[in-house]
Amino acid sequence: MKILVAFKRVIDPDARIKLTADRSGVDTDSVEYKANPFCENALEEALQIAEEHDGEVVLVSAGGPDIDKTIRAGLALGAERAIRVEIEDTVLDSDLAARVFAAVYKEEEPDIFFFGKQAIDSDNNQCGQLVAEYLGLPQACFASEVVIDDDGEVATVTREVDGGLETIALTLPAVITADLRLNTPRFAKLPDIMKAGRKTIDVMDLDDLDIEDTALKIELVSLEEPSARQAGVKVGSIDELVDKLKNEARAL
Amino acid sequence: MAVTMKDVQFDVRDGGSFIFERAGEFRIFTPEDFTDEQQQMRAVALRFAEEEVLPRIVDIEAKKPGLMRELLEKAGELGLLMLDVPQKYDGLEQDKTTTMLITESLTRCASFAVSLGAHVGIGSLPLVYFGTVEQKTKWLPRLATGELIAAYALTEPGSGSDALAAKTRAVLSDDGTHYVLNGTKQWITNAGFADLFTVFAQIPSDKGDQFTAFLVERDSPGLTIGTEEHKHGITGSSTCPLILDDVKVPVDNVLGTIGKGHRIAFNILNVGRARLGIGSIGAARYALKLATGYAAERKQFGKSLDTFGLIRAKLGSMAAAIYAGEALGYRTAGLIDRKYHALEELSPGPDDDDFQKAVEEFTIEASILKVHGSEALDFVADEALQIHGGYGYMTEYPIERVSRDARINRIFEGTNEINRLLLAATVLKRGMKQRIPLMQKFQAISASLKKGEEPTFEPVGDALVDEQRQVHRMKHAALFAIYQAVQRYMMKIEEQQEILGAFADMMIEVFAADSAIARTLQYGDGPLASFYADCTTLTVEHARDEVFTLAKRVLAAALPGDKLATGLDQLAVLDHWRAVDVFGVRERLAATVIDAGGWPGI
Repeated sequence: MKILVAFKRVIDPDARIKLTADRSGVDTDSVEYKANPFCENALEEALQIAEEHDGEVVLVSAGGPDIDKTIRAGLALGAERAIRVEIEDTVLDSDLAARVFAAVYKEEEPDIFFFGKQAIDSDNNQCGQLVAEYLGLPQACFASEVVIDDDGEVATVTREVDGGLETIALTLPAVITADLRLNTPRFAKLPDIMKAGRKTIDVMDLDDLDIEDTALKIELVSLEEPSARQAGVKVGSIDELVDKLKNEARAL
Repeated sequence: MAVTMKDVQFDVRDGGSFIFERAGEFRIFTPEDFTDEQQQMRAVALRFAEEEVLPRIVDIEAKKPGLMRELLEKAGELGLLMLDVPQKYDGLEQDKTTTMLITESLTRCASFAVSLGAHVGIGSLPLVYFGTVEQKTKWLPRLATGELIAAYALTEPGSGSDALAAKTRAVLSDDGTHYVLNGTKQWITNAGFADLFTVFAQIPSDKGDQFTAFLVERDSPGLTIGTEEHKHGITGSSTCPLILDDVKVPVDNVLGTIGKGHRIAFNILNVGRARLGIGSIGAARYALKLATGYAAERKQFGKSLDTFGLIRAKLGSMAAAIYAGEALGYRTAGLIDRKYHALEELSPGPDDDDFQKAVEEFTIEASILKVHGSEALDFVADEALQIHGGYGYMTEYPIERVSRDARINRIFEGTNEINRLLLAATVLKRGMKQRIPLMQKFQAISASLKKGEEPTFEPVGDALVDEQRQVHRMKHAALFAIYQAVQRYMMKIEEQQEILGAFADMMIEVFAADSAIARTLQYGDGPLASFYADCTTLTVEHARDEVFTLAKRVLAAALPGDKLATGLDQLAVLDHWRAVDVFGVRERLAATVIDAGGWPGI
């Protein structure tokens, strides 16, 4: 069984970020990058399935050579090799990324294509769905449990939906996107970190994948920082509170 | 000679050479030189500390039976115990810079870090560097995974700093197959659950006692582990006495050469010191993070604590102490690594004593690192607690534990007093033996100051020139002062502990300031350039005050009344306070620290 995992790097979610002066993006001068947490859940699930079903896990990511550090962190967790599609990650939108991933799928023909349910930088939650659409594959998004049958033909996926859980069965190959509660990603082992340095990252470009149309469908217009919270006030009596709620906050 | 490490070319330097070099003259190893691989390893260690260790801190502190051993085994599964073990024995055989980095990431939970450090450091390293192939094959692979845990048993009730006065005896049996050990070892870290002990004992002989190391297994008949001590800090680590009552140890378990146990004891302590120094800086960074977090949350007089000037000043000073500690710490680790690689190139072979030579070479730097790191941590942890006010005194706040845990670092692995005497005496001894050009320098400085002239100064590059000049002056002031004392006391200077202590303190300040400058110059114009430069300015300013105060005291002690005025006049040639806006510098440092929520660097 072969499992492909889309693996994206994002700005360290614990870092304090600043916008660039023109508000066109985040100032990346001194930020650290990490793997997208949902992608880590996707990789963990892929590794567990591969261990159970004697499979191979392949990472795929899109970006310049500077994302190799994140890819190697994924290889250290147990993926066997990786594919990096050479493209500036700043000029991707979900749709172009999905078309890139769909093209890689055609090269690799995996049994399962795992994604994180969304990347925590732009929070689009589109890529997995678009890939399924472009490839005509069944999809299960927001998976909190994945069980593959012994023959490796059917995935039974529990999905986190509004107000409850939904369990569906998919015929493989399929696209599955991981939710946070799917698993707890393992620790990398130090010897594996060293071995990861020797694993292969195949680099492909858009020509290799026959992608000619690189026009973006979404344009980032501007970013705003959240407004600072207003200071609270102390009220002297219940009457004053009710008055303020009515006339200032207009909550009553 | 130069060695290429991780694609960067580093000059191989000798121990103590910083005294005679210009700050920033040679490339030093800095935290900015970590590879992606090293950073990933650190990320594993940090996550292990945060997710596996800290959540169980209450149980750890209560010494819940089996828990520490379980955590060490888990750390072993991740490979955190195999960094120092040669690949031949299933280890990772990493550079010291890597093992220091891992150590530093774990010290936020000192009880655990001390247990791990005692196992991989003083516990296992005697075997790594002095064991026979058979001994290594028998134990190392299992020590590397954590299946077996190691401990180091040197201290006795009557011999702490005076380690060679140990009373434990080892007598060869009549049939010559084993030694019989009798005695008591105390304060043995990991003793409660360790499987293999490096025990130091005296073998009586016609030539007198021969201090020797033995590998003693836990299940040896006659070996009893005493009860756990109740400690001030690191309460989660196991500390027990070891009672040896006719313990039979096979002759094959003698470690190293009979009568040469002191080489093992002291060499291993040198490595332990370096590890402890950097570990302390890791804990200091954690304390800074706790303090910054608290100062941002806590409001008094309607404002966050981190808006008050005296709180911000503390954060600024803490940052500078951490910066210098990192700079001199990783510099030292890098020096040892480089020397080792250079010696390896000259005489390849896994089982020779290249590593011991490399470690011995940097005795001075390792002792500086131990003293500076542990005292920087005490300062930072104490200020961090102070920022917490009354809450910092309550056990529910982690800073209370960090502050208790910090204290031991000034005591174990050689007290800071022993390390001061050791490093000062080593500088002088190497000078006498012409290993370092101390005597020539003494005379050159004297000649120049007699004429009322400052020694020639050539800056390295055009950044931090004032700071470079001050360090240049500090080096000369320290040497000038100790030279006066050497002339007065000659060989008896070793009895003048206060003078040696002052000289050691001057060397510590000089090495810290020198390393801070070198790191900042190397860093160039990265995003933290102005923060690093401010840390350096503050470090140099603080060091300058200390060095000149101490130099004056040494002169006052060493020079008779009629010569003192002349001596002070000569020292004054070097003593120029440069107007530094310390408050302004601290304020800028604090702003960066507060913005980053703690230490802003990698």
